[in-house]
Amino acid sequence: MSETIEIEAKDLNFYYSGNIHVLKKINLPVYKNAVTALIGPSGCGKTTLLRCFNRMHDLYPKHRYEGEVLLRNENILKNPMDIINLRSRIGMVFQKPTPFPMSIFDNIAYGLKLQGVKKMADRTELVEMALQHAHLWAEVKDKLHTSAYELSGGQQQRLVIARALAVNPDILLFDEPTSALDPLSTAKIEELLEALKKKITIIIVTHNMQQAARMSDCTGFLMLGELIEFDRTEKIFTAPAVKLTEDYVTGRFG
Amino acid sequence: MAVTFKKNPGDIIFSSITAIAACMVVFFIIGILFVLIKESSLAREKFGIIQFLTTTEWNPVTENFGALTTIYGTFVTTVLSLVMAIPVALGIAIFVTEIAPNFLKGPIGIAIELLAAIPSIIYGMWGLFTLSPLMRNYIEPFLQKATADVPLINVLFHGTPMGIDILTASIILSIMIIPFTASIARDSFNLTPALVKESAYALGATKWEVVKNVVIPYSKLGVFGGILFSMGRAIGETMAVAFVLGNNHKIFTSFFDTAATITVTLANEFTEADKDVYLSSLFYLALVLFIMSFIFLAIAKLFLLKAERRHSR
Amino acid sequence: MKREQIRKIEGFIALTLSTISALLGLFWLVFILGDVLVHGMEALNLTFFTNDPAPLGVVGGGLRNAFVGQLMITLFATLIGVPIGVLGGTFLAEYARGRTIAKIISILSDIMVSVPSIVIGTFIYAILVKPIGHFNGWAGAVALSIIMIPVVLRTTEDMLALVPWELREAAFALGAPYYKVIIQVVYRGAATGILTGILLSIARVAGETAPLLFTSFNNSFFSLNMNQPMSSLTATIFQYAMGPYQIWHAQAWAASLVITVFILVLTILGRLIIKWRYK
Repeated sequence: MSETIEIEAKDLNFYYSGNIHVLKKINLPVYKNAVTALIGPSGCGKTTLLRCFNRMHDLYPKHRYEGEVLLRNENILKNPMDIINLRSRIGMVFQKPTPFPMSIFDNIAYGLKLQGVKKMADRTELVEMALQHAHLWAEVKDKLHTSAYELSGGQQQRLVIARALAVNPDILLFDEPTSALDPLSTAKIEELLEALKKKITIIIVTHNMQQAARMSDCTGFLMLGELIEFDRTEKIFTAPAVKLTEDYVTGRFG
Repeated sequence: MAVTFKKNPGDIIFSSITAIAACMVVFFIIGILFVLIKESSLAREKFGIIQFLTTTEWNPVTENFGALTTIYGTFVTTVLSLVMAIPVALGIAIFVTEIAPNFLKGPIGIAIELLAAIPSIIYGMWGLFTLSPLMRNYIEPFLQKATADVPLINVLFHGTPMGIDILTASIILSIMIIPFTASIARDSFNLTPALVKESAYALGATKWEVVKNVVIPYSKLGVFGGILFSMGRAIGETMAVAFVLGNNHKIFTSFFDTAATITVTLANEFTEADKDVYLSSLFYLALVLFIMSFIFLAIAKLFLLKAERRHSR
Repeated sequence: MKREQIRKIEGFIALTLSTISALLGLFWLVFILGDVLVHGMEALNLTFFTNDPAPLGVVGGGLRNAFVGQLMITLFATLIGVPIGVLGGTFLAEYARGRTIAKIISILSDIMVSVPSIVIGTFIYAILVKPIGHFNGWAGAVALSIIMIPVVLRTTEDMLALVPWELREAAFALGAPYYKVIIQVVYRGAATGILTGILLSIARVAGETAPLLFTSFNNSFFSLNMNQPMSSLTATIFQYAMGPYQIWHAQAWAASLVITVFILVLTILGRLIIKWRYK
């Protein structure tokens, strides 16, 4: 894990539907080549925070950002901002696997198509690379043109990760990526994220504390829209500075 | 949740195209109203509104036209057909949702949809060549004999049974409505949550009691909306009844009389209308029919929406 | 004891009546279809499809012109109605999702589906026949397309709404603009359903007669000219059935058989596809 900050939230406030104050003055540094986990009870705002990083909220009306999100010193919350380009630098993987109704190959190539990679040879090479990085190549190399729906849930999620990797992002956002998967698939994905962090920066939202403890380098604990504590993972889980954090990680409330 | 899309040219173009396409439906409704009102203005100037709706005379020779006979014919055939169709349709819906074993539900469902898919002109053919002779030779004489001595009722069965009359037309119409009403009723019944039915069973209710006391009250809005919707459809039906009604403009009193509905009149006379007032009066009829049917369908749709909303809580 | 007995008997009677209704419905279906089959087969032979109507008294006439005419009118109605319906449904399910305008247009479409088709015929007569001066095939095609559009619009809207929202978000997250998300991802996911909706809408208008009576009218001769009155199976059935000649009645039955088979095959195909795809 490096010491440079890849992306950080600075005094970030977020409002839904006009004036519902959902995120309160968040200051969160995300270090390069590290896995940063966001934990907290249901409704604490961790997914909302995650979706600020790729401005997913812009899709829906009546939202308001205050403060900054600095991607290597550039405030991505400013307007005008090339959001489409932003989303190719910061990718997202969702809770449920979301393969497109296409073949495995076409799924991965979709992002490439959007970026204008025209030559078939280039696409094929990039698709294979992405599948290799997602630890899925061996399992699908002989059936690249079959429907993505024929894969198992765990494979589909790795496919989605490969799809996000194909456009070569610097940061990947994961919103509870294993909550819909069985333990074996979950283990495979956690292993994958361990390998991926060497090349990219990862932010993962999870309601599974053990997962956060297992695989993250830094952890942020949120509650009711506030960042209660942020530190290296070992510290958060063994000697947290704030009483609330300790109560949460020891299971005194859920 | 509607997505707010940023203004890129692709989205601006595509959203505009799709919006125009969607608005075509509204344009058609407005267009139809506008055109019908315009085309019927000659007749409306001559006859006015109230007078047109209450005059029974329909005379192309003297050019005196009134809508009452056809409105009367439309309503009587529709109500008659509904009276015959609703019990059967509800029975089918109850059968499919509560009685039929699972392996039968699919095939019977398909059978209902096939009945609904048969075009109305086929019903018309069958009605003219098969049902009508049956009515003339067997059923209507039987009905006439059976009611001959019953006062008041025997007026309804007065006249020489020809098979071309209100009764035959209503029967055909009712067979047409059955699948439509049955499938709306079935969908309404299926909205009853299993949990509610189970609580009734747990109290010791019989299957029929669950249907009568739980399912039907729960689905009241939906079933009522379905009936209104069927009515709206039935008043617009042309081909099923055009062959067996006779297009006779008069206020009839017997099931065995020939009659006229707005649709049948239009079908038979539209291409024959040689004078302007005649054609304009036919457009006037079409306007009346359009408005009537629109109102019924709109009210029915509101009931159906209310039923859906209630169940999604 | 007595009360329970009564309840049981009442239940038995009610449920028996309900079963009888179901059997009655089945009875009508078999009766009508059977009749169409029996009577239709009598006049059905090869010349029915290959020959045009012959003068009365001459043997060997067919309804080739009506088949071709019906096909052409239906084809053009589909070409006009389907794109408008699909695009309109797309607007309701995507750009206008959840908004009042979408709900209003959706309700109005449901009403338009069931509005009397003969009224649509009079409407088209006023705008496409009177000004031109004579009946023409285009008027018939447009009349049918007006019936098709709300049908296709509503099924497209419903099928698009079935595609899970997350799929769109995943495409957004890759940086795709909305129209690309719709065309490249959502349409693919809903393709089977939309296609079925189209099939069913064709089945619906293929059997329509009333809207053709004063638009494309009818034509006893073979013609490919849509600018003139166009023959159609349904209008011919109407004309022949009401006529006095036995040979006409027989041919009307045969035409009825062909139309019924066509529509039933389309309907069953559509339902089967839906069942298979959305299992």
